[in-house]
Amino acid sequence: MADLAIRQPIPLDPPLVEGNRTYADITNDVARLTERKPPRAWYIAIAISGTFALILLGMLTHLVATGIGVWGNNQPVGWAWDITDFVFWVGIGHAGTLISAILFLFRQRWRTSINRAAEAMTIFAVICAGIFPLFHTGRPWRAYWLFPLPNFDLNMWQNFRSPLMWDVFAVSTYFTVSLMFWYVGLIPDLATMRDRAATPWRQRIFGALSLGWRGSARHWNHYEKAYLILAGLSTPLVLSVHSIVSFDFAVSVVPGWHTTIFPPYFVAGAIFSGFAMVITLMILVRKVYKIEHLLTMNHLENMCKVLLATGCIVSYSYAVEFFTAFFSGNPYERFVFVNRVAGPYAWAIWTMFACNVFVPQLFWFKRFRRSVPAMLAISILVNVGMWFERFNIIVTSLHRDYLPSSWGYFIPTWVDVLTFAGSIGLFLTLFLLFMRFLPAVAMSEVKGVLPVPAKAVRQ
Amino acid sequence: MSLIQIGQAGGTLTGRRYWRSLEELADTPNFREWLHREFPENASEMLESRSRRTLLKLMAASIGLAGLTACRRPVEKILPASRGVEDYIPGNPLYYATAMELGGAAAGLMVEAHDGRPTKIEGNPKHPDSRGACSAYAQASVLGLYDPDRSQHVARGGRKSDWEEFARFAKEHFTGDGKGVWLLSGYFASPSFEAVRGHFSRKFPGARWVEYEALGRESIERGAELAFGERVETHYDFEKADVILALDSDFLGVDSPGLNAVRGFARRRHVESVKDAPNRLYVAESRFSTTGAMADHRFRVRSGEIAEAAAELAAAVGLRPGNEPRRAWVAEVAKDLAAHRGRSIVIAGRGQSAEAHALVHAINEALGNFGQTVNFTAPARQAGGASLGELAEALSAGEVKTLVILGSNPVFTAPADLNFAANLEKAGVTIHLGLEVDETAARSEWHLPQAHYLEAWGDVRALDGTASVQQPLIEPLYGGRTAAEVLALIGGYPHERAYDIARGFWTARWPAAEAERNWRRALHEGVVEGTRAARITPKTRPQAWSGAEVERGGIEVTFYQSPAVYDGRFANNAWLQELPDAMTKLAWDNAALMSPATAKSLGVANGDLVLVAKGARQAELPAWIMPGQVDGSIAVALGYGRTECGRVGQGVGHNAYPIRTSDGPGFASGYEVRKTGRSYSLVSAQEHHSMEGRPLVREATVDEYRHDPEFAKHAVHHGPAESLYKNLTFDEGYQWGMAIDLNRCVGCNACVTACQAENNIPVVGKQQLERGREMHWIRVDRYFTGSEAAPEAAFQPVACQHCENAPCENVCPVAATAHSSEGLNEMAYNRCVGTRYCSNNCPYKVRRFNFLEWHKDVAESTRMVFNPDVTVRMRGVMEKCTYCVQRIQETKIRAKAEGRRAIRDGEILTACQQTCPAEAIVFGNLNDPNSRVSRLKKLDRDYAMLAELNVKPRTSYLARLRNPNPEISRIDG
Repeated sequence: MADLAIRQPIPLDPPLVEGNRTYADITNDVARLTERKPPRAWYIAIAISGTFALILLGMLTHLVATGIGVWGNNQPVGWAWDITDFVFWVGIGHAGTLISAILFLFRQRWRTSINRAAEAMTIFAVICAGIFPLFHTGRPWRAYWLFPLPNFDLNMWQNFRSPLMWDVFAVSTYFTVSLMFWYVGLIPDLATMRDRAATPWRQRIFGALSLGWRGSARHWNHYEKAYLILAGLSTPLVLSVHSIVSFDFAVSVVPGWHTTIFPPYFVAGAIFSGFAMVITLMILVRKVYKIEHLLTMNHLENMCKVLLATGCIVSYSYAVEFFTAFFSGNPYERFVFVNRVAGPYAWAIWTMFACNVFVPQLFWFKRFRRSVPAMLAISILVNVGMWFERFNIIVTSLHRDYLPSSWGYFIPTWVDVLTFAGSIGLFLTLFLLFMRFLPAVAMSEVKGVLPVPAKAVRQ
Repeated sequence: MSLIQIGQAGGTLTGRRYWRSLEELADTPNFREWLHREFPENASEMLESRSRRTLLKLMAASIGLAGLTACRRPVEKILPASRGVEDYIPGNPLYYATAMELGGAAAGLMVEAHDGRPTKIEGNPKHPDSRGACSAYAQASVLGLYDPDRSQHVARGGRKSDWEEFARFAKEHFTGDGKGVWLLSGYFASPSFEAVRGHFSRKFPGARWVEYEALGRESIERGAELAFGERVETHYDFEKADVILALDSDFLGVDSPGLNAVRGFARRRHVESVKDAPNRLYVAESRFSTTGAMADHRFRVRSGEIAEAAAELAAAVGLRPGNEPRRAWVAEVAKDLAAHRGRSIVIAGRGQSAEAHALVHAINEALGNFGQTVNFTAPARQAGGASLGELAEALSAGEVKTLVILGSNPVFTAPADLNFAANLEKAGVTIHLGLEVDETAARSEWHLPQAHYLEAWGDVRALDGTASVQQPLIEPLYGGRTAAEVLALIGGYPHERAYDIARGFWTARWPAAEAERNWRRALHEGVVEGTRAARITPKTRPQAWSGAEVERGGIEVTFYQSPAVYDGRFANNAWLQELPDAMTKLAWDNAALMSPATAKSLGVANGDLVLVAKGARQAELPAWIMPGQVDGSIAVALGYGRTECGRVGQGVGHNAYPIRTSDGPGFASGYEVRKTGRSYSLVSAQEHHSMEGRPLVREATVDEYRHDPEFAKHAVHHGPAESLYKNLTFDEGYQWGMAIDLNRCVGCNACVTACQAENNIPVVGKQQLERGREMHWIRVDRYFTGSEAAPEAAFQPVACQHCENAPCENVCPVAATAHSSEGLNEMAYNRCVGTRYCSNNCPYKVRRFNFLEWHKDVAESTRMVFNPDVTVRMRGVMEKCTYCVQRIQETKIRAKAEGRRAIRDGEILTACQQTCPAEAIVFGNLNDPNSRVSRLKKLDRDYAMLAELNVKPRTSYLARLRNPNPEISRIDG
C-alpha cells in the first residue's frame, strides 16, 4: 500500500485530463481532428456561418456604396450598433489573452486545454471588431488617414489627443501581439502536424509554418523564453486595450460616458463576456469533436467561476455608476441614469441587468457550474447582456444628452442587424476553419499537465 | 470644314485611316446614319408618348442643357446696386434690388447673383419695410425660381403649344365689349399692372374682375371700410406701443402686416439695463401662435369668442355702455391699456370678422392711439370687382364665356361651398397663367407659364405705398411671361413687354429730362422715391355694424396660413417644406392641432387620423396635440395636400380647404370630429418640449430682473472650470463672436432658411427627417414651460457656438475640425473621414452629418441655386455652422484691397443675422470693446449656455424677460 502511495500521489485537484491518456493519445486525439473528414455537423455549421459571412460582405458593400444612412444612426446618436458591435467584439477577445497570458503567468495549469482555442477566438474577435471602426467612418476609403502614414498631399499629423487615435494604436498592437503569441504557441504543434502529415501538401505547409522546429532542448529553451516574454507583453494589453476603448467614452463630455470608473469596468466586462464566449464555444467543440476528456467538466467549472467573479465585478460597477451619478449632484449625469432605467430604452438596461447581474448568480451553485445545458444558456445570456451593456452605454447616453431639443431615438435598420449577424458569421467561419485545419488544443502544453501516465504507473 | 466633311474626306486622304469603332471600320449603314445625323438618336425625335414621366425626364434633360448657358443675361438694362463692382469681375457676385409680391404687398429685396444666376435673397436695406431683413418665404423663393417642375411651355388642351398660337387665339377670341369675360387674380399691388388693367377694362367694359386670395385681407379691409366709410390702410407702429393686445392676431407670425411689425415689437424688447422698460404684450387667441409665445399674458379664447371679448373690452374702455366684463382678464387689460393712452395698440387677426376689426378701430380711437401708434394711409392696392362667389354663380349659370386666371389656383384654394372645380367645367374657355401646372391648370383649356418674379420686370407697392421696381436677375428660364404681359397681350395694351410696361408707366410720370435718371435710381435703390402714401386721418363713423354672433356649438376649426407653404403656392419648395413649424416643430406636414384636453376627450393621440366634418364637407387630418391650444378648437394650416403639384409637394400633408367655406374663412364652429382608427406618421424636428429644468433658455420677469440683474449668470453654480490642456489665448486680431437676444427672437425661422440658402444646405426629406438627420445649421429650439394646458413658450436659435475649448476638436482623430486664430471652430470637409465622434461630443448637438449623398437627386436646374463661395459637401463628412466664414473672408479680402483697413463693426453680417427682422442676432469682433457684440455681451442678461462644461462658447445669449402685469398674476383665460 505504501508503495502505491508513493507511485500515485493522492491528487489534491481533479486530473486536468481524464481518461488515462498517454502522450500519443493526446497527439492522436488532437491531430486527428484536422486529418480526417470533419463531422457532418461541421459542414452544416460552416454552411450557415459562411452564408452569414457573405451577408456581412454584402452589407458592407451596400454601406460603402450608399452611405452610413443605411444604418439607423442619426443626429444625436452618432454611434449606435457600429461601435456597440466593436466594443462587444473587442471584449470577446479579452478572454483569450487572459487565459493564455495571465493564467500562464499565474501558473494556472488548467488553462492548457483551452488556451489555443481561446487565443484563436481572440484573434477572430479582434478581426470582427476591426471591421466596425473601419466601416463606421463616413468615408472608409479615407480611413487610412487614421494611421500616422507619411502623407505629402496634406502634410499633417493625426490628432493625438483623440481617444479614437489611441484606439487605433491599442487595437492594432493588441492584434499584432495576440497573433504573435498565438503563433509562437502553435509552433511545436505545427511541427507535430508536419511530422504526421500524410500528403506532400500538408507536409510542405506545416513544414513552412513550423519554422524548422525539431524539438531540441535548445528549441524548447528559446521557445519557453519567447512564450514567457510574449505572455508578459500580452498581460498589460489585456488591461490596456479595453481601458483605452473605454477612453473613447470616458474622455468625452457626454453624460453617461464621462466617468472615471470606465477603464476597470470595461476590462472586467470584457473578461466577463470573453469567458462567456469561451464557454459557449468550448461546450460545442468538446461535444462535436468528442474531446470531453481534454476539455473536462473541471475546465468548464473553472471558467464558470471566473464568469461568476467577473460578473460580480461588473454588477458592482453598475452599482457604482448609479451611485456616482447620484452622488455627483450633476443633474445631467443623474438624468442619464434615471433615463436608463425608466426612459425609452429601459427595456435594454433591464435585459442587461437580468443577463449580467442576476443570471450569473446561479453559478454560486455547483449544480449549475457542472451542468452543460445551464452553462450554455447562461453563457449565451451573458453575451446578450454584455452586448446590451455597450448598447446602453452608447445609445442611451447619446440619445438624450444636454439639450432636450435635440433628443432623439435610435431604431436599427435591417442593415444594422444583418451586419452584426454577418460579423458573428465571419467569426464562426474563421473559428470553424481553425478547428478544421489547426490543432485546436495545445498538444505540447496538455502533455505537460497530463497526470502521471497510466503506462508509466503500470511499468 | 465640318466634322462630317472631315469624315467624308477621310476616304480620300492618303494617310493612315483611323477608325473610332468597329462600326466605322465596317462602315455599316447604322454608323453612316449616326455620322450624318445632326443630333444623336432620341435627341431630336418628336416625343411620341406624352406620359408625365417621359415629359419630366425630357424637361430635366433640357434644363440640364439650359444650365450650360446659365450666364444668359436679359436684354434690358438692369443696374447693380451700390455693393456691385464697377465692371463685372467673374466670381464676384453682383447685387440687384428687386421686390417680391406676396399677398398684395411688397418685400423689398436685394438679390445676390453669381455669374448671372441669382443665388441668395436678402432684404433691401433701403426698403421701408424690409430694411435689410426678409422672411422665410422670400428667402426660399430663389429655390422656386429653379424648380424643375415649373411649368415650361404653353399648353392648349393638354397639348404643347406656344405663345404665338396663344397670341393668335387671343386676337380672335377677345373681341366685342368683353361681356362674358371674367378675370380672376390674386392681389396685385402693382401700379403698372393697374394701368394695364385700366386699359383692359376700358377696352372691354363688359369684362368682370375678381380678386381672390385664399389668405386675403378682406376682413381687415372691410373692417376699415365699416369703421371709416372708406378704404384705408392701417399701419401699426409697434415701436411706439407700450402695451399691445393681440386679439387672435399672429402679428409677429403669419398674420404679420410686414417685417416692421416684428422689428418694432422687438426693438421694444431690447433691454440694456434695469432702467429700460420693455413693452407688454397681451395675446388672446385660440391657436398657440408665435405671437402667443412672445406674450407676457396669453389668454386662451376660442376664435369665435374673440369678437365678444372685443365688445367687452369696448365697454371696459368706455366706448359703449356695458356691464362689468364677463372675462376677468378683459377688465385688467382694459385698465392697462387705458393707463397707456396713445401708447397702446389693439390689433385683431385676419381671421376675425370685419365687424370685429371695425370695433377694434373704435377701441384704438377711444384709447387715443390714432395718430400715435395707429396711422392710416390710402390703400396701396386698388381693390374692387366682384367676389369669387359671384364668379362661381356666374360659372354655374353658364354665363362665363371666357375665364382668365392670372396666377391664382382657385380650384385648390376656393372655399368649398363654391364647388369651384365643378363649376369651372362650365366656363367656355379657361385661360390659366401660373408658375406651375397646378390643379387649376389641369382643368383649363389654356395654360400659360408665368415668369417668376426673379426673371420678370414689374413693380409692386409696399403696404405704405412705397413702390419698388422688380428687375429680372435672369432671362425667363422657361419662357414665362408676367401677368401684366398676358393682360397686355389680350387687351392690346400699347406695350407688350414687361420692361416697356413697367418703364413706360414710370417714365410717363416723370419730366422727360429726369425720367431716365429717376428710372435708373429706382432700379438701383429698389424703391421709387416719393411714392410713399401720405397719412390720412379718417374718422370713425357712428357704429353702423352689429356685434358678431358667437357660435359655440360643436368643435371650432381655425384655418391659418402655413408658415411654410403659404396658401399652398410654395408646396413645391423643399426648403420651406423642410422648415420645422416654429410652434409644432412639424415639417413636411400640417395637422389638426388640438389641446391635450380636446385630444383626450376625442380619444386621439399624435398622428391619429381624424375626420373633421360639417355636413357633407369633410377632411381627414392627422391629429397633433398642441399644448396651449384652446379646448374645443382645432387649428389647421392651409396649403397642404396638393394633388397637382411638382415632385416635392405632391400629396404632402392634408388638404383643409374642403372644410373651409366662404362664411368662415378664418374659423367656423359646428364641426364634428371623429377618430378614423387609422394613423399617420407626423414628423417633428423636436421630439421633446420640456427643458427638464435645465438652465438653457434663462428667463425672468422684469421684477425679478430688477431685483437680480445678473439672474442669468446666477442660474448655474459650478466649481472652477479647468482644462487638461493649455488654455489658448485669443486676444489678437479679430475674434469673432455672436450674441443672440432671446428677448427679441420671435421664432420666425427666416434665419434657418437664410442659412440654408447661403450655405448650400441640403434637404433630406420627410423620411430622413424622421430618422433624425436634418441638416439645418441653425435651428430654433422651442421649449414649453408651465402647465400642459396653459404653457408659455420660448425660442432659442442654436447654431454652432464656436467654443474656444471645443469638445469636438479634441476628439477628431484626423484633426478635421480645428480652431482658427480668430476663434472660429473650423471644419475641413476634405479631411473629414466621418467618425461622427465630434457630433457625439458636441453638447449643443449642432453638428450635421451627411448620412447619404443628399445632393444626388438634386435637379440640374436646382444646382444653379448653389452659392459658389461655399463647398457642397459630399456624403460621409460632418458639417456645421461656420459663422459664414465665406463672408468673413470676402470682407477681409475687400478690407485688404482697400488699403489694409480694419473691418468695420457690422460690415460682416452672417446670413442669419442679416435676415433677422427682429434684429436678435448680432455678430462681430469681440476684440473690439466698442463693437455691438462686445457691448451686448457686457449686458447683465448675457449668459453662455452650458458654460459649466468649460467649453467657452463664443455665442452667448441674452436672457429672456417677461413683463407680466402684476395685477394679473399669470391668469389664464
